[in-house]
Formats: sequence, C-alpha cells, structure tokens
Amino acid sequence: MDALNALVAFLNFMFIPGLAYGAQLALGALGVTLVYSILRFSNFAHGDTMAFGAMFTILVTWWLQSVGISFGPLPTALLALPFGIAATALFVLATDRVVYRFYRRQKASSTIVVIVSLGVMFVMNGIIRFIIGVDEQNFGDGERFVLNPQDFKAMTGLAEPLAIKTTQAITVVTAIAVVAALFWFLQKTRTGKSMRAFSDNEDLALLSGINPDRVVAVTWIIVAALATIAGTLYGLDKSFKPFTYFQLLLPIFAAAIVGGLGSPVGAIAGGFVIAFSEVIVTNAWKKIFNYLVPEQLQTDALLQLLSTDYKFAVSFTILIIVLLFMPTGLFKGKSL
Amino acid sequence: MNPRSLILFGLVACLYLGTGFLQSWNLSLSILNAALLATIAALGVNMQWGYAGLFSVGTMGFTALGGLAVVLVSAKPNTENWQAGGPGILLALILGALSVMAAIFAWRRLPKGQPRMFAVAAIMIGGFFLFRAVFDPNVMAAEAINPQFAGNLGGLGLPSLVAWPVGGLLAAAAAWGIGKTALGLRSDYLAIATLGIAEITVSVIKNEDWLARGVKNIIDLPRPWPVPYEVNLQQDPGFLDFVARWGLDPVTTSTIGVKLLYAGMFGLVLAAIIWAFERALNSPWGRMMRAIRDNEVSAAAMGKDVTGRHLQVFVLGSAVIGFAGAMMTSMDGQLTPGTYNPLRFTFLVWVMVIVGGSGNNWGTVLGGLLIGWLWLVVENVGPNIMGLVTAPFPDSWLKAHLLGSAEHMRLLTMGVILLLVMRFSPRGLIPEK
Repeated sequence: MDALNALVAFLNFMFIPGLAYGAQLALGALGVTLVYSILRFSNFAHGDTMAFGAMFTILVTWWLQSVGISFGPLPTALLALPFGIAATALFVLATDRVVYRFYRRQKASSTIVVIVSLGVMFVMNGIIRFIIGVDEQNFGDGERFVLNPQDFKAMTGLAEPLAIKTTQAITVVTAIAVVAALFWFLQKTRTGKSMRAFSDNEDLALLSGINPDRVVAVTWIIVAALATIAGTLYGLDKSFKPFTYFQLLLPIFAAAIVGGLGSPVGAIAGGFVIAFSEVIVTNAWKKIFNYLVPEQLQTDALLQLLSTDYKFAVSFTILIIVLLFMPTGLFKGKSL
Repeated sequence: MNPRSLILFGLVACLYLGTGFLQSWNLSLSILNAALLATIAALGVNMQWGYAGLFSVGTMGFTALGGLAVVLVSAKPNTENWQAGGPGILLALILGALSVMAAIFAWRRLPKGQPRMFAVAAIMIGGFFLFRAVFDPNVMAAEAINPQFAGNLGGLGLPSLVAWPVGGLLAAAAAWGIGKTALGLRSDYLAIATLGIAEITVSVIKNEDWLARGVKNIIDLPRPWPVPYEVNLQQDPGFLDFVARWGLDPVTTSTIGVKLLYAGMFGLVLAAIIWAFERALNSPWGRMMRAIRDNEVSAAAMGKDVTGRHLQVFVLGSAVIGFAGAMMTSMDGQLTPGTYNPLRFTFLVWVMVIVGGSGNNWGTVLGGLLIGWLWLVVENVGPNIMGLVTAPFPDSWLKAHLLGSAEHMRLLTMGVILLLVMRFSPRGLIPEK
C-alpha cells in the first residue's frame, strides 16, 4: 500500500506536471529549431512570439466568453486558438517582410540576424505590454479536472490523491496531435520535403527549383502556429504573464540545444529532458521517501535538491553539460 | 574626432542642457549619471562585441555581481550573524569548489571510458550532498539572527571605492568560468550561456538571504570617498557661507553638487577606460584582436590563439561591466535585486553599442549618452504624448487603458530604433575607422 501511495505521489507531483511542462517546452523548442534550421539564426524573439500568440488567443477568448460561446467542458481558449494562430502568422510574416528578408537577401551573418531578432523582441514585448499590460491574466474555463483528486481517493482508498487537470490532459493531447501533424507534413508532403531539402543544402535546393520565398513563408506560418499553441497551453496550465514568456527562452533554447539544434526529434526529446530534470531536482521528495522507508527512518526534511527559485539553474546546468560533452546534442543537430 | 562626431556630441549635450534649462538640473544630472554608468557597461560590451565579435547577453548578471561586491566589501559587518554561520558557510563554499576541482582533475587524469564518467558523476553528486550538509544548517543559523534588520553575514566595512575593483574581479571570475565552457563553440551558444548565467546570478542574489538579504534589500551602503551626504552639507558652515554669498538655495545646491561630484567621478573612470583601451587597440595586441574578429581562420593560421584571445577580451569586458555595476550600487546606496531586469540592464546596453557604432569607443559613448537620455525621457514623454493624443476623446475604458500602458512605449521605441539603425546605418552613428 505504501509503495502504491509513493507511486501515486510521484505521478501526481512530478510525472504529470513534468509531462505537461515538457510538452509545452517541446512545442516551443520545435519552433526555435525550425527557425534555426531553415532561416539559420537563433530567434531570441521566440518567447515573445509565444506571448503574442497567447495574448491574441486570450483576447478572442474573452470576446467569445462575452458573447456566450463556450466549448462545453473544454476551455474556450481552444476555440480561440485558430484566430490566435492566424493573427500571429500574419504578424510574423509581416515581420519577415519588413525586417528579416533584407538580411536574408544580404546573406548577413547569423549573429547580425540574432541582434535584429533582439530588436524584434523589444518591439513585440512593447506591443504586448501596450495591449494587455504586464499583469497576470486568467482565461481558463470549463471543467477543472479530468480526474478529480477526491474521486480518485474514494475510488482507490489510497491516502494520496491523484489529480489530472484538464489543462494538463489537453496540453499532452494537443502536443501529440501537433507533433504528429508536423512530422507527417515534413515527411510526406511536397512542401515539407522541400523544407527539409532547403535545410540540408540550400544551394542544391535552389538548384532543383525550390522556391525559397515559399519555404520561408511556410516555415514562419508553422513557427507561428507552434508558438501560439505552446504559449496558449502554457498560459492555460500556469497563467499568462508576459514576462514569464521571456524567461521561458532559457529552458526552450536549452531544450533545443540539448536535443541537437536543428533536429525536430531532438527538440521534443530535449523538452522532456529539461522538464523532468527541473521537476525532479526542484520538487520535495519528502512524501515519497517517507512512504518507502520504515518508520524509524522517516524524516522532516524536505529532501529538495534545489529550491524552485533555481529552476533556471537546472536547464542551465544541463545545457553546460551538453555543451561540454556533446556539443551536437543528443540527436546530432548541425552544430559546429 | 571629425566634425561630424563633434556635431553629434554637441547635439547630445544640447539634450542634457535642454533638460536642465526646461525641466530641472537635478533631473538632467541624474539622467546623466545613470547614462554614464550604462555607458561604461556599454564600453565593456563594445570590447566583447565591437572588438572581438563575441555575442554575450549576460550584462545584467555582471552588473549584479558588481552590486553584490559593494555589499560584501563596504556594508557594515553583522558580527552575530557571522559568528552564527559565517565560517560554516565559507567552509561549505570551499568544499563545493574543491569537489568541482576534483571532478575536473579526475576528468583530465583518468583514461577515457565509462568508468571515468561514473567517477566524475560520483564526485559531483557526492560533493553536492557534502556541500548541502555543511551549508544548510549554517545558513539557517546565520539567517535566524535579527532577520528584520540583518539576517545576512554583512560586509567587511571597507570604503566603497575598494568595492569597485572587487566588483570587476567578481564579474571577471564569473566570465572566466562561462568563457571556458562556451567560447570556441558556435557563437549563439555563448549568447544562451550568458543569458543563463545572468538569470542565475540574479536569482541567487534574490534568494540567498545570508548573502545580501535577498529581496529584503540592503540599504544604507556607504558613499564612495569624496562624496558628502546632502544633509551634512546643508549643516556645514563653509557650504552655507558659500551658498549665501552666491545667493543659491542650500537644498538644491547640495543635491546638484553631490550629483556633479558623481558625474565627475564616473567621467574620470570613463576617460581612464577609454584611454587605456585606445592604447591597447593601437598596439600589436589590438591589431591581433581586429585580425581575429575579421577573419578567425586566417588569424588561427598565423598562429594566433583565437579562443585564448576571445577568453581574454571576454573577461576584460565583463570586468568593466562589473565595475560599472559596483559604481551603480554605490551611488544608489542600496542593493535591490528585484530591479535587475534583462531588458534594462542587458538589451538596452546593447542598443547603446549598436546605435553608437560598434567597434568605436567614442561611438559607444555617444550611443550611451543618447540612448540613456531617451530611455529615461521617453518614460515621461510617452504618457504626455498619449495624454495629448487622447485628450479630445471622452473618458472611457479605452482611454484609461491607453494612458496606463503608455509607459511601455519605451520598449517599443528602443526596438524600433535598434531595427532602424541595424537596417539603415549598421555601422552606427560614429562608425569604426
């Protein structure tokens, strides 16, 4: 019984939150990795693109809620998501047309484009603060739990509750669907294949008649969709606060690099590696430990490796380890 | 300096003089002091980016380390807290450092293969638990004493001026560690790594109460040597006599005098850094740095140690940033970790370097003074403009929202300025020769 309780506590406090967080990071890292492999720069504005997409989705959600449209037990934000994606895609395409295209034609060095993306980050951040402000916004509605902790306790008779929040379930399901669609697109469709060809060898791709403007446009649209979905899911699961999206840059980049910058599979793996390490290192193990050991060994200490305030240190440490020992990442991205 | 640069500097001077005449000299001088400090940090970034092409976005972290140095060096000692846990915390930190060194030693000495990996991992994990075992009880003991007013170990009680070079050294040490790992890899990796170290540095300062009281802030840090306190000045007969003779207001004159003194000190530091760095650039070392920046491969083929030189200039630039951070905390008289914000302390400094002209110290100074002025003035002007624009409309939810969010205009302004300069004048206002 105690072992079961320990298992449930582990699932409830670490595995399920880690899974949801990992899915959000993976979607974010996929966007970063796509920009990197096709547009060939590290996009520092990605965190703010996520915030922008989430913000627009929130605005549409509020409008839908005000006219009385809801999505039954699911959050209304899911209905608003396509509008958010469309708006973000338009914004990002406009940014490309006004800002990035010039440097692409010039064949500017990637560091220059990164600095330009800092400028874009400033502008997006300013727009977001201007429209929605810096405060925390809640926009979740619908059923709170898929699996209610009280129901679980009554059902199993265990002392430990197990809760699955709707947002967590939606995050994981959506992430699986999005990733499956993305891989199908990259592997099977003509446009997807031309994107991969463009990423592998730009000159050869151009020689075989692939239209670079089309590839770039499609990439931006996919990136906008990924960023909006990731941003909205993160906002639903935790809460929407513009500044946290900027801070997500570090774990997202760490995820992309750990997996291998430029490798989509790597980005997903990296997202889960970062998320689970963060959860395992910053969670208190006291409860689980006390279930597993005999009574005389039980402890009052939290058994927490690092306080949650240092969660950035976890992604950072993993990043450093990967940089030192395998700079190309777990899935051999195109580094160095 | 050519006529064009002189005109540009003249225009920037007019901005400050205009602020002085139209608004107040106190405001103008406080903007100038903040801008001078940011300019010195920008000179550090310019060393890294303009002269070596290193893309580092950890400026905020190095600034915060400089601020921490001021607390550690010049705050008054808290003897009881120190006696409760000080030596234990020091011992824990030494143990932690030793286990890292032991891990590095094992990695270098042991033969390649799985046993080496396990050995290194075991040393690191064992070292971590040892560190925590010594660290935690001592931190608890130190923080338990007098938590309302102290709770930290306190500083050495040395003069504030001593803290400035110490701030530089702290930042340099952090930069050395990060440079050792991330330099020599892809350029973006240094950016991500420095972004990370900056966030971690600030969160350590925010959360380790024994170090600098965390978000409870440290106040009452002593002023650096010749700067007097306004209150003392206002009671000083010599000063009052002087004020009376010239028919000035003692309160205003004392605040302006203190600010002028700070401006003079920062100006001296700025001049010294520029002088030393210009000398270095016109030496064989400077030519080698430019050669490395312009073509790493050929420089390496000529037998230059590219990564080594990069490390050198990265550490040097970070030390300058740390120095500026220490001066800032010293001037403010307090360390408030909550105010360290990457947009203000990292990216704004970058905008200064790019706008002014990367690779040119005078350009960086111009950019620093110009952007520093804009940053602080747009904060006031933004809401005013918005007030004018929305004045004809009736009061409504939208009007209140627009007025409320106008202060965020400055991020937008800075982003647009950065993008415009990158596009139409990528070499900046005063380009490198």
